[in-house]
Amino acid sequence: MIISVIRTALIGLRRDRAALALSFILPISFFTIFAVIFGGQKNSTPKVSVILVDEDRSPASADLVRGLEREDSLVIQTRPSSKGKTAAQVPEYTATTAEAAVKAGDAPVALIIPKGFGANPISFGENSSAPAIQLLNDSSDQIAPQMVAGLLQKVGMTALGPAMAEEGMKYTQKYLGQFTPEQRQRVESSLDWLRKHEKESVDSGGFSGSGGPIAVQSRAVVGQDKRSPMISFYAAAVGVMFLLFTASASAGALLDEAESGTLDRVLSSRVTMTTLLAGKLAYNTLLAFVQLTVMFLWGWAVFHLDLFTHIPGFVVMGLCTAFAVAAFGMFLASICRTRAQLGALSTLLILTMSAIGGSMFPRFLMPEAMQKAGLFTINAWAIDGFTKVFWRDLPVKDLWPQVGVLLAIGIVLFVVARRIARRWEFA
Amino acid sequence: MSLHSTPDSASHSSSNLLESVPLEVDSLVKRFGPVTAVDDVSLQLRGGECLGLLGPNGAGKSTLIRGIVGRVIPDAGRVAVFGSPAGSLEARAALGWVPQELALYPRLTCRENLAAFGRYHGLSGGKLKESVAWCLDWAALADRAGDTAKNLSGGMKRRLNMAAGIIHRPRVVLMDEPTVGVDPQSRNRIFEMIEALRAEGAALIYTTHYMEEAERLCDRVAIIDHGRIIAQGAHEELVRGAFASRSQVLARLAGPPAELDAWVERHAGRLVDGAAEFTIERSTLIAGLLDDAARSGLELVDVTIRRPNLESVFLHLTGRELRD
Repeated sequence: MIISVIRTALIGLRRDRAALALSFILPISFFTIFAVIFGGQKNSTPKVSVILVDEDRSPASADLVRGLEREDSLVIQTRPSSKGKTAAQVPEYTATTAEAAVKAGDAPVALIIPKGFGANPISFGENSSAPAIQLLNDSSDQIAPQMVAGLLQKVGMTALGPAMAEEGMKYTQKYLGQFTPEQRQRVESSLDWLRKHEKESVDSGGFSGSGGPIAVQSRAVVGQDKRSPMISFYAAAVGVMFLLFTASASAGALLDEAESGTLDRVLSSRVTMTTLLAGKLAYNTLLAFVQLTVMFLWGWAVFHLDLFTHIPGFVVMGLCTAFAVAAFGMFLASICRTRAQLGALSTLLILTMSAIGGSMFPRFLMPEAMQKAGLFTINAWAIDGFTKVFWRDLPVKDLWPQVGVLLAIGIVLFVVARRIARRWEFA
Repeated sequence: MSLHSTPDSASHSSSNLLESVPLEVDSLVKRFGPVTAVDDVSLQLRGGECLGLLGPNGAGKSTLIRGIVGRVIPDAGRVAVFGSPAGSLEARAALGWVPQELALYPRLTCRENLAAFGRYHGLSGGKLKESVAWCLDWAALADRAGDTAKNLSGGMKRRLNMAAGIIHRPRVVLMDEPTVGVDPQSRNRIFEMIEALRAEGAALIYTTHYMEEAERLCDRVAIIDHGRIIAQGAHEELVRGAFASRSQVLARLAGPPAELDAWVERHAGRLVDGAAEFTIERSTLIAGLLDDAARSGLELVDVTIRRPNLESVFLHLTGRELRD
């Protein structure tokens, strides 16, 4: 009897291709995606972009820059991307433009080597006359500044040999020999300064980089005044993923109507297929926008998300995201024959898009190739747009790349869905 | 191929004539791969007339209806609704289609369903409200107007399905097996609705595989089989054409099965549900038939003489029963 039950179930599974796909393809897809992201594949280690400004232009600062450029895990940018111009035509970053670039999200970290650094590059204690390297960071990325600060100290130890020796002599003259009361006082004073500086750095949203031979002053230039730093990210990331699910389920009504004959009846009235699909697209867009609004209102009420000072940006990004997501749902519904097919395909595509598009974990944690692949997803563009609005406080005009891409995705998917829907128009 | 495609002066008068014809189907052909679902069908529906399309399942009735509505593209032939080609805005406005499927929004109430389809047909405001109220009354659903479609009984769903097809008060109504799966009481209610619709002046095409429905409701019947119309005319004409003045005898007899089979075969009859059926030229011939049965050791239980019906016509023309 048990064998009969198993046999019947197996026949059912074999005939239900959607269930079969969900059972085998989905887990394999996810295993592959996670393995690529976290599996440490060769040549795919995530790299951190660092903007570097050398104001000192000394031999020591040049050694430090070269040392940093040799680090495999860093991508050093000394000037903005040239976009068709030769590198010489693009001016190098300054302290001001570097800070603006971090604020705009071009890189998570900027290092400013100040004037006078080369004269006294190694620093211990408060009496050091060495000006500290400025590390400007975006506090949405908690990992990159820690990594850069650590590598900076490593490079300091390895790339600044002559400077280290020279500075060592200075410190020997200062501290060797019997500790006189005056010497003991200096050491104590230095330790006090280190402790105090450590605490101040942590309180200011940065972190202490002065524990090593190179003095580093860290400062968060984005998100330092945010009460709930990652809430807007998660609201957008999770919101887009569930919007995609809702939109595809809602667009599936088209398949129900085709199956029940309601679609035929509607198309025998004055309603044309284009009108019908446009109506459904408008409805699904509004539904998705209302869903996003409810989610962000919840974020505002419970997690202090700063919604009401970002209304224009939220509306623009919300509508564009909702439009793209609704068109995606229409596209999926048009290529599927049954609800079961739609369920399987949408689960597969949406979870994959969400994984590589940054809805499950931030894209900056992913290998470079995966980050680029993420640009083919609605999730990535929507999350980037919402991050610009809520995290970087950028004005609506700065959203044009995200708005443009999301609208283009929506239009293309809708046009394709309309063409495929011709199969319902006539037999 | 549309009737409006050659508006030259020579065809002007005939065009005017065609515009007064509610529906004309001319040499319509529709193939699905190797299967010819509609095979060179021509028919005409006159004003106020009810034309029955009678045929077994799979005969091509629904495909023909869908061709008239413009939901299938024919491989050949043409359809004109008051002179306008199938699928045109004018044809859509003039046609009301009641599909075989329950093509409704299950989560909408009766009133909301009717209002939705009314709007799709371009109705609005007071006209829409008035039409919804008329349809609810017509379908005897006024007291269930606020119930969702999915919560209605099978018969009520059928009636709502019909009402949704005529919400825009079309002049030509196509009903595709509207009584499928309903109990006799609901079926009678549906017949009353159709008769009321006819009294309003609508012309109807009514597809069915129930001979009784075609006989009761239709002025003329077109018998369709394998996509072809094999006979067309009023009920009596069809019977007379197939059987002239012959009658049918139905006899139930008890006795050895072998003797019964031999007796039926001798008189070119057939056994239907245990009863022997014969066609006889004159009613006086029945005596000889029964004498022979008695001689074969068969005992008569009951006997009926009747005029052949549409089912007999179908059997006569195709050699198969309507419900095969």
